[in-house]
Amino acid sequence: MRPLKQVLALKRWVVMVLVSGMLSLISTEAASQAVPGAPSHLKIGIVSFLSGAAASPFGIPSRNAAEVLIEVINAGKAPAPYDKPGIGGVPIRAVSIDEAGGADKQVAELRRLVLDEKVDLVIGYISSADCLAVAPVAEELKTLTVLFDCGTNRIFEEKSYKYVFRTKGHQIIDNVGAARYVRKVKPNLKTIAGINQNYAWGQDSWATFRDSVLKLKPDVRVVSEQFPRLFAGEYSAELSALLAARPDVIHSSFWGGDLEGLVIQATPRGLAEQSLLVLTTGDTMLPRLERDIPPGVVIAARGPHGALAPKSKLNDWFVNIYKDRYGVRPVYPSYHMSQALLGVKAAFEKAIAANKGRWPTIVQVIAAFEHLEFETPSGPIKMVLGKGHQGVEPSVFGITGPFDPATGEVKLTNVIEFPAECVNPPEGMASEDWIKRGFPGAKCP
Amino acid sequence: MNTLIIIAVDGVIFASWLFLISSGLTLIYGVMRILNIAHGSLYTLGAYAGASLVIAYFGRGFWPQGSYLVLLGAALVVGLISGPLIERGLLRWMYGRDQVFQLLVTYALFLILEDVVKLVWGVNPYYAYKPYGLLGQVRLGGIIYPWYSFLLFAVALLAGVLLWLFVTRTRFGRLVVAVIYDPEISTAMGVNVSRVFVVAFTLGAMLAALGGAFTAPMIAVVPGIAVEVIVLAFAVVVIGGLGSLEGAALGALIVGLVRAAMVHVFPVLELFTIYLVMAVVLLVRPHGLFAREEVRRI
Repeated sequence: MRPLKQVLALKRWVVMVLVSGMLSLISTEAASQAVPGAPSHLKIGIVSFLSGAAASPFGIPSRNAAEVLIEVINAGKAPAPYDKPGIGGVPIRAVSIDEAGGADKQVAELRRLVLDEKVDLVIGYISSADCLAVAPVAEELKTLTVLFDCGTNRIFEEKSYKYVFRTKGHQIIDNVGAARYVRKVKPNLKTIAGINQNYAWGQDSWATFRDSVLKLKPDVRVVSEQFPRLFAGEYSAELSALLAARPDVIHSSFWGGDLEGLVIQATPRGLAEQSLLVLTTGDTMLPRLERDIPPGVVIAARGPHGALAPKSKLNDWFVNIYKDRYGVRPVYPSYHMSQALLGVKAAFEKAIAANKGRWPTIVQVIAAFEHLEFETPSGPIKMVLGKGHQGVEPSVFGITGPFDPATGEVKLTNVIEFPAECVNPPEGMASEDWIKRGFPGAKCP
Repeated sequence: MNTLIIIAVDGVIFASWLFLISSGLTLIYGVMRILNIAHGSLYTLGAYAGASLVIAYFGRGFWPQGSYLVLLGAALVVGLISGPLIERGLLRWMYGRDQVFQLLVTYALFLILEDVVKLVWGVNPYYAYKPYGLLGQVRLGGIIYPWYSFLLFAVALLAGVLLWLFVTRTRFGRLVVAVIYDPEISTAMGVNVSRVFVVAFTLGAMLAALGGAFTAPMIAVVPGIAVEVIVLAFAVVVIGGLGSLEGAALGALIVGLVRAAMVHVFPVLELFTIYLVMAVVLLVRPHGLFAREEVRRI
């Protein structure tokens, strides 16, 4: 009897699956028909590091965010204003691509995504070198490409693009913000030093921070500028040099494993007690090093993300769906991914509305995307720079305090948010000039 | 004066680390004439094994100082398992082939092992930094150093001395030297060359794993840590003369000191230091500091 019962149960199960499958087919069909001229699905190429050293701190957390967000958005379970299923009712289908392999490979991969995979748009790129290389190619391919995480300010300051957008602030906000923050918490600042990885990101971040501090307080002296190799792992000599120089403030844009290695090696040597350590990407290590993060270290999250995200329903929702799926809280690359996806959804849905409810052309989507302002878990993002293609964000900093068992992380105190207008150059002005001229037009509290 | 002391200390600390990561590479090259790129993977395996065993060890609440023995044990286990496996399972089919071919084989092995590491340990970092701060600190030249840095020096020194004693003072070590000089004559004289190869490769693998295991407490152990290490190790070995243990030690010391001086005096050039040393040494001694005269066979 029992086997028969099992077979029957199985049959029932199969029937249920089939029926629900058919129902979901009908419902997606119905959804896509809700917008006349809409495709059956919207294919998005998602590019982030899935291998190499940038995978674990950035690539995987952003891929994960894309995965869970697309699933929830497709199911129509996102909160307002993103509660419509998919994008204007059209389900999203994602193709995930590994960003590893260098800029040339990414250019080839982008062509493959567009020409072979026939994606409708691309969201991607963590490395600034990749962003700089793919932007002109995206333009040539006439494919909407949303840069979601790379930091360089050069993209829209050196060229203008029609098909390329970036839904987050560039590295200027991290380092101008850091300069303003140390000026506030250490008014008697006399000496600064830096330890940054020896490649474009580290050099640009340090130059921006140094020049901003010197502009804000011209009597400050630079006492040590350390540039260890990327992925060096061993920082004994650099730390000795910083300890010997005794600067008031040490700036670092180290990221991922390098950042954690630096903190692990600096802590027993008392660096954080001797100098105010400013870590512009520090948020990613908070859930990882837990209670072993020394107190008194300045932490940023490259914008209002992670531990420094604003309290909002949208943020609670994002943190919950991410935590439920992956067991850890989202870090800033996950937030950057949410900004890109929600920005695309907002732009498409605005374009549909502008197109009297019909599915828009890509040019109409671009028109809707330019100068768009949309809500995200990190607060509102305004696309105001780069002729409406470059977003701005506020810049937030806090200082590590005691361990909080409730969150499993150290608490951040002295949190200060600098509004976007305070840490971004005005439209049409290159960041370098803006800093050189003493931040004209900056609106700071 | 203080700066000089600090430069010397930093130089020696970095040199110890360099020697740990490069001595195995030069030993394997000396005996087997194989440039083993998979050396980097053995370093990674040592780091991961060391990190996960130390995490488990502290998880059980055992005597904290014992974690150093755990690191040592991890290196021995990785070396003893992977050494014979790689040598007997793969490399012994490659002897006598073109060096470029052997290089490609060990490179392929490097790529495979990188993925094996991801399969076993995943992509999330492992943190085993407790042993790093455990021994406390010492003040030297006015700044604080963790004792762990000097433990690293002791481990490197001990590994170097033991290796040197093994090669020069034991019977088997002398057989190794004989094989280094002429494998064919050694075979003719009745030396079991394939056994020498297994032992040498296993020793080399153990040294690589030792470097990885004792680096693990200083870093976040993540995929991809080997790439940087293999490049540095190659540079040190080339400076010292391929296959020379004394060369690796002296090469590591020179690079360590020059680099430390650069970090303190002219940090922007740090990136370039090791290659500068390499260029200068190779200009004066094209085969490295301690290279043997090569007899060209016609």
